[in-house]
Amino acid sequence: MRRLFQEKTTRNNTVTYLMVIAAYVLMQLLLSGGHISSALQGQLVPITAYIVMAVSLNLTVGVLGELSLGHAGFMSVGAFSGVIMSFLLESQIASPGLRLLLSMIIGAIVAGIFGFLIGIPVMRLQGDYLAIVTLAFGEIIKNVMNTIYIGLDAEGLKLSMSSSAALNLVEGGKTIINGPMGAVGIKKLSTFTAGFVLILITLFIVLNLINSRAGRAIMAVRDNKIAAESLGISVWRYRMMAFITSATLAGAAGALYALNYSTVIARKFDFNTSILVLVFVVLGGMGNIRGSIIAATILTVLPEVLRAFNDIRMLAYAVILILVMLARNNARLKRLFGQIKGIFTRQQAVVNIEEGGDSLD
Amino acid sequence: MILLTEKERTRMVPVPSHSIIPERDLEQRPILEVSRLGINFGGLVAVDDFNVIVGRSEISGLIGPNGAGKTTIFNLLTKVYEPTSGAILLDGQSTEKMNTVQINKAGIARTFQNIRLFPSLSVEDNIKIGLHNQFKYDMLTGILRLPRFFSAEKHAREKVRELLSIFNMEHMAKYKAGSLPYGAQRRLEFLRALATNPKLLLLDEPAAGMNPSETEDLMKHIQKIRDQFNIAIMLIEHDMRLVMGICEGIAVINYGRIIAKGTPEEIQANPEVIEAYLGKKKDERHADRQ
Amino acid sequence: MAFLSYLISGISLGSIYAIIALGYTMVYGIAKMLNFAHGDVIMVGGYMAYMATTEFGWSPLPSTLFAMAVCTLLGVLIEQFAYKPLRRAPSLAVLITAIGVSYFLQNAALLLWSANPKSFTSVVPFGTLRLFDGRLIISGTAMFTIIICIVIIVGLSAIVHRTKVGKAMRAVSEDRDAAQLMGVSVNRTISTTFAIGSALAAIAGVLLSSAYPILMPTSGAMPGIKAFTAAVFGGIGSIPGAFLGGILLGIIEILGKAYISTQLSDAIVFAVLIIILLVKPTGLLGRKVLVKV
Repeated sequence: MRRLFQEKTTRNNTVTYLMVIAAYVLMQLLLSGGHISSALQGQLVPITAYIVMAVSLNLTVGVLGELSLGHAGFMSVGAFSGVIMSFLLESQIASPGLRLLLSMIIGAIVAGIFGFLIGIPVMRLQGDYLAIVTLAFGEIIKNVMNTIYIGLDAEGLKLSMSSSAALNLVEGGKTIINGPMGAVGIKKLSTFTAGFVLILITLFIVLNLINSRAGRAIMAVRDNKIAAESLGISVWRYRMMAFITSATLAGAAGALYALNYSTVIARKFDFNTSILVLVFVVLGGMGNIRGSIIAATILTVLPEVLRAFNDIRMLAYAVILILVMLARNNARLKRLFGQIKGIFTRQQAVVNIEEGGDSLD
Repeated sequence: MILLTEKERTRMVPVPSHSIIPERDLEQRPILEVSRLGINFGGLVAVDDFNVIVGRSEISGLIGPNGAGKTTIFNLLTKVYEPTSGAILLDGQSTEKMNTVQINKAGIARTFQNIRLFPSLSVEDNIKIGLHNQFKYDMLTGILRLPRFFSAEKHAREKVRELLSIFNMEHMAKYKAGSLPYGAQRRLEFLRALATNPKLLLLDEPAAGMNPSETEDLMKHIQKIRDQFNIAIMLIEHDMRLVMGICEGIAVINYGRIIAKGTPEEIQANPEVIEAYLGKKKDERHADRQ
Repeated sequence: MAFLSYLISGISLGSIYAIIALGYTMVYGIAKMLNFAHGDVIMVGGYMAYMATTEFGWSPLPSTLFAMAVCTLLGVLIEQFAYKPLRRAPSLAVLITAIGVSYFLQNAALLLWSANPKSFTSVVPFGTLRLFDGRLIISGTAMFTIIICIVIIVGLSAIVHRTKVGKAMRAVSEDRDAAQLMGVSVNRTISTTFAIGSALAAIAGVLLSSAYPILMPTSGAMPGIKAFTAAVFGGIGSIPGAFLGGILLGIIEILGKAYISTQLSDAIVFAVLIIILLVKPTGLLGRKVLVKV
């Protein structure tokens, strides 16, 4: 094990884990001391859900290098299937923790299946077309979820596409998903600790994936598809792998998020939510997992702390997206920002040969 | 006399007239047999009636003016482009139904004219990606860090060192591939292709942008790698010193067709080649020296 | 008869999509980027015309011209500040920037005009046409929209194929570097493209607001994405393709709404997009492009 810690990436990852654990412990201390406002307490579970969303989207956008604009769609699928599962388990399992766990697993699996089904067509495309098709799928999921009615009674689950009355529920049955009104009457199961554990699991999966054979193949596909193929790497297979993993984690986050409220509507998981998560990823740095966590946290807490910020928050996000992209991709601006950054950080993850001073030529 | 017997032996090869150098490796099946290969892009014939045979450990060269279709031939061999006509046999096996990925698994690796590294990844990771199909373990093994992960990664690391040592690049293992100087990038791409354990290695202008001493060094290495790994190497190159110095067989391409084939001596003596291509180059080189 | 009236409103809606799709298709063809903010320029055009008519009390024509002027300026400014610095950047970065611009316009509009819908007074000078004893009703807006769309398509085709600016556009679209070497100013050509596209977006905004007189900061987003679908449908980069794709998409949407489901009509349009991209990514009238290795 000692050998492993000499590796820079491993050390970097350890810092990420420690940061998350420290933040959790700190929050628990503050909570027990009663230093956290109730508004902020209400944001704790959503923050953890958004962190998982951001980290999972980063797998598609940063690591795979394809823009997904429908990530909220997977969150939606996970949320609703998780909610249905929690209703089904209500009479079977007494422990709320276990019910939450199973609901999140179902949410993840269903979203993963959707990721697979959507991935089959989507991963044949690339670039702008891929992005716009993920947007289309996200909107389709939202539209369909808006027209679905699901009820549960003694006869089991019932589905209708027209109205809750059409479900024909027998005595004692209840509507779980009520079309545009969304899922109603949810028992709150999610806790901050559950969210914290989900973040750790997400980090474990994503960081270990990146630093393994499959992760390298995914990044190879990102950097140069033709070269990757010429080295015997199936582009489609690894794009699917990244996309499905990303969808699965978003599904778990969706279930966690939905089971934190008594009602959830499909419109919550719209294009704006996808963009919000994208802002976290872009601001945190594409491919930078720790950055996603920090950005998701700050940008979710900030509107709560700074009420004035709430009004211009979306405008600010838009400006952030534009400025970060310009700063990262325009040679002149990049140099300027590099100089500013260089003042704060002397170290770099990968040594540049100019700085290393070692050259063959 | 010797010439005569060699000509007799040539007849034993399946498509003798297609071979770049018919005299080699006749006891063994050639690694690559290409017959009547062609492609056209919307009516424009880019490559036509391309026939060659490459021996198991032969170093061969494709030369010809820019735009003659040399890189297109590499793209056809590796199925980046689907040929419109013709057949390719790799180690006796038809590659008709294979795609680029399967071609690599079957034994052809290549480099690119405009270097295609994974610039944001380290030198080590670039080569490890070349080793993708040499040290396998599945996604879950990687995520759960099962014992197989550690053993496979260890072997891969050792293999990376071994490959880097060919060009004395071990100290660069942690450098970002995109930050390497041009020559080192070309060498890295070469090693990365070699890492896939090919039977035939295609090098697209390996000496481009190198100075004479670097080219000299590269020539030695190409021969050394051929001997050490016992593989066939086919290269596209404009540097005639390199081509004439190490290639055992040369095919000259112009307008998508082979206009001459043979040993370096034969090519240099071929009046058609001298007129169409080499004559001009020789004058230029002469001028350069003065 | 009901079908015929659906068909006409489909063609009318499709005409608006076609005008918007022209902006996408020209920018995609010439600057090689998906200008995600194009839909929001439509919205700005709608608000400008709204302000001109209700607050300045102008008549429809000057109001529309005002909206066109503002949108042209806006389009050129966006190109100059957000997209031009990214000429050589990866398409992922350009697309994220465009999404940022789209978001910026929507939220700036939200701050300026609030989320309350504004009711737009139609600029259309025609009355409603009643045929077959009033069994077929064609609204003036529908007729006006279709006529304007045809005029624009013909005019734009003439510009692209008959003028020097058009030749420069075609050259930049074909090969940017070669065009530059031949003395074509690539930057100016791209700016011109954005100017024309944005002016068209303003017209589309006015027509859209006349047909659906509720104006909100998000009014442009959905028609924008649908018009992009139309551009892809017809074959991105092709002017007749944008027209064809727009009309077909409008018909599909209206018929889907009428015969399948109102709530799922957007989903149907998006399903069309997905199917086209998978079956024929070059669209109905597009050209196949070969990637050079």
